Amino acid sequence: MLERTHILVCAGTGCTSSQSALIYDNFQKVLKERKLDKEVKVVKTGCFGLCQKGPIVAVHPDEVFYAHVTPEDVAEIVEEHIYKGRTVDRLVLHDIDDDTKEKVFDINRIRFYAKQQRIALRNCGIINPEDIEEYIARDGYQALGKVLSEMTPQQVIDEVKASGLRGRGGGGFPTGVKWQFAAAQDSSEKYVICNADEGDPGAFMDRSVLEGDPHTVLEAMAIAGYAIGASHGYIYIRAEYPIAVERLKVAIKQAKELGLLGDNLFGSGFSFDIELRLGAGAFVCGEETALIMSIEGKRGMPVPKPPFPAVKGVWGKPTIINNVETFANVCQIILNGAAWFKAIGTEKSSGTKVFALGGKITNTGLVEVPMGTTLREVIYEIGGGCPNNKRFKAVQTGGPSGGCLTEEHLDTEIDFDNLIALGSMMGSGGMIVLDEDNCMVDVARFYMDFIVDESCGKCTPCRVGTKRLLELLTDICEGRGTLETLEELETLSNDIKEASLCGLGQTAPNPILSTMRQFKDEYLAHVVEKRCPAGVCKALLSYKIDPDKCKKCSMCARGCPVGAISGEPGKTAYVIDPKKCIKCGACISTCKFGAVARG
Amino acid sequence: MKSLEDLKKLRESAKRKIDMRQGEADYRIVVGMATCGIAAGARPVLNALLEELDKNHYPAVVTQTGCIGMCTLEPIVEVFDKQGEKTTYVLVNPEKAREIIHSHVGKGEVLQKYTIAATGK
Repeated sequence: MLERTHILVCAGTGCTSSQSALIYDNFQKVLKERKLDKEVKVVKTGCFGLCQKGPIVAVHPDEVFYAHVTPEDVAEIVEEHIYKGRTVDRLVLHDIDDDTKEKVFDINRIRFYAKQQRIALRNCGIINPEDIEEYIARDGYQALGKVLSEMTPQQVIDEVKASGLRGRGGGGFPTGVKWQFAAAQDSSEKYVICNADEGDPGAFMDRSVLEGDPHTVLEAMAIAGYAIGASHGYIYIRAEYPIAVERLKVAIKQAKELGLLGDNLFGSGFSFDIELRLGAGAFVCGEETALIMSIEGKRGMPVPKPPFPAVKGVWGKPTIINNVETFANVCQIILNGAAWFKAIGTEKSSGTKVFALGGKITNTGLVEVPMGTTLREVIYEIGGGCPNNKRFKAVQTGGPSGGCLTEEHLDTEIDFDNLIALGSMMGSGGMIVLDEDNCMVDVARFYMDFIVDESCGKCTPCRVGTKRLLELLTDICEGRGTLETLEELETLSNDIKEASLCGLGQTAPNPILSTMRQFKDEYLAHVVEKRCPAGVCKALLSYKIDPDKCKKCSMCARGCPVGAISGEPGKTAYVIDPKKCIKCGACISTCKFGAVARG
Repeated sequence: MKSLEDLKKLRESAKRKIDMRQGEADYRIVVGMATCGIAAGARPVLNALLEELDKNHYPAVVTQTGCIGMCTLEPIVEVFDKQGEKTTYVLVNPEKAREIIHSHVGKGEVLQKYTIAATGK
């Protein structure tokens, strides 16, 4: 029988970690008990994007979205909504209208979604990623069919070139040009690689595409294979993405069963096969030459370019390497035409970009906006700004290779070139929002700590240099920094940029240089006044109780985990012993009278 | 997959399965499923509607709602077209439900005799 209702449960990594698998099972169980299991179907989908409000459950055709659903809520949703047709209002995702102060339930009017345009994420949260038929229902494999029956390889490359699609992994290199290079190579053996080694802290765009819509990547890889003359593809994905790996395996199996991967596709004589290669989570393997080494079974270390992979790549053969999100745009470009894509976004950066919003932002999650959207629109209108009325301080884009943008840059239109002009970069799409409680020196140190761990060690500037940078930053954070330390930091940063072998080292000092440029005052406060304005660097903090404000209530002393506060209740004002104090801040949050001050 | 034609055929049959998620159906049929509706026999009506839609591949989705207010006229079935125009059918039973589907959704003709206007209330 035709189902009357579909219940879509988000099965992305975020919602899965808050029990969405159990929610799915509960729906199955309760529907069966109520004998509704024939007319109501429960579907696992990819990420809806609004991870902050997860687990998300959508009910169609009613277009009702439930937020923060728990396994215990399932019985009520079935009883009330599915059985009696009354939505469970306390769980429905909504906004409050600014003018009328009324609740807005229409998903298209909810601010988080209203400004978004979904191309790469078009199927995420709509289809079951483990059912190829649902992908086909959304025009899946039509682009591959069209390419193989109606277009020549050169026409495919021309179409991608004309669309203006640029690499979404961070570099922004024109995809069509890359394909042209590889197509021009005279070789009987070529390869297509999908780079799914997403490693920037806080970035999860590629994971969500692979979890929510794996077939779109497979289809685009086959199209790329046809365009450059390759019959074999690899997806290099990190093993820390178990759900994405599993869904890719299922997708490849289903595509092979239907003859959409394998030999003689659409009777055209073109064959294409895809294999998975799991990475062990080394950040440097996102660099294309290191990635190729890793696929070949060697230690993941970069080699100098040229030769570029398009000339000499995996197994010494011409190879193109594109990012997941780049591939996710290809099928739509083929189906809707280059002109359609070119019309979206800005002149030099066409299309959309997916961003993973994280850090001090109200709506943590995944958003896709046209290029040219301003940072303000993304952070405030979609992201909802900083929570708890904290003041926005900066947004970090481009991960460990990028930089920070501040309040004055908020009206910048996001595209590849604008962000580079401001000393940051697009990167793969991680956007980490920082508020007044973040210390910028500490942020730089965080990224440097990451880089020191992830440097492969092949070249000295990166291996030794980044370690030295981390030591200098630690000195500053712990109060041993001087003005000379700042100078040394800057000189060494520039040297590492110049001398490193690959992109990892060449961009590693960016977070330092960018924070030093935008937040010079904060660095100076650390080295000159030995003070951390944001109150993060513990070595520079001291806590004092103002004897005039102290009500001698003893609350702080009882809250102190190390017994560093002494006094007599009702008689003498309390005092903190700086030798015992571990600077945890517990006294500040316990004191109801604001008598504890942090300096 | 031998040809683009094969794929298109598969797409057509697959599309029907997920149409309701895309808000593309031509008609939205709402059945009153409050206590009054269920007591008057809304459940068999709902089943009949679904069966008939499925058999004929009609472009409509079925959803349910709470009490529509005219409990004496239950089971009530409301049919909304793409423009949001509503037709209210009352005192529906499975046989009437099938007729309504064929006429209203199948041919696009409102079946006057079962509408609320025809009951004279």
